Amino acid sequence: MPDARVNVPASVARGKPFEVRIIIRHPMETGYRTDESGKSIPRNVIRTFVCRYGGEPVFTARLSSGIAANPYLRFFVTAKESGQLTFEWTDDSGAKGSESAAVTVV
Amino acid sequence: MSTHGFHKSCTRRRLLQTGAALALAPWLPAHAAADALPDIPALGAFLAGRKPRLSRVRFELPQLADNGQTVPMKVTVDGLFSPESRVTAIHLFSEANPVPEMAVFEFPAPVERVEVESRVRLAASQRVVAVATMSDNVLYAAAAEVIVTIAGCMDGT
Repeated sequence: MPDARVNVPASVARGKPFEVRIIIRHPMETGYRTDESGKSIPRNVIRTFVCRYGGEPVFTARLSSGIAANPYLRFFVTAKESGQLTFEWTDDSGAKGSESAAVTVV
Repeated sequence: MSTHGFHKSCTRRRLLQTGAALALAPWLPAHAAADALPDIPALGAFLAGRKPRLSRVRFELPQLADNGQTVPMKVTVDGLFSPESRVTAIHLFSEANPVPEMAVFEFPAPVERVEVESRVRLAASQRVVAVATMSDNVLYAAAAEVIVTIAGCMDGT
């Protein structure tokens, strides 16, 4: 199972904003919970999220434990040229994830 | 004449309404203060004395959240943007969460439609604030009040 699911329109109109939706599989562990033995579970949340379009950053997010598990983001990006949207994120444990989606501009 | 009578009673009603409004007037400033942003230290530190305008930002949270673990959130900034005045960032501040600065969304590239949707965790019933920063350093803000029945920080484990 992939770490993220991305949804972008099949084709987008040049110069117009289009919707991007992404859901990342991640526990967003707050650091306030304890396991069965009473040991606290260390905090592990996605700290940074970047969406790039043709290599240029177009949307970034700095998240905290205040964002629900399996973070979902929906935002808009201005259509320019057909190309790749890439998504990258890093969590507290240093784990990095990435995903990409093709954008066709008409 | 019946029409005259109607007119008369209408005037009387208006007079009574005006009177009632005047009687309530002393409470109006207090009500206005309730509409202002909640006193969150992290928000105060971020604003550093700047006064955001309470317009253009539409911050949508459910009035009642059954489960604070995952609460749908939508923030929209209205209006026409220009290169001189466009949204560069949106900050979310929580009144009752252990981490008051919940999230920051940034827009390195201009976009006509500034709308972000996500799901937040809320530790308790509280007010949450969204502050939009424009490229000309003008700030716009909105607050939303949520009643949370099951807190987002404990889940029985």
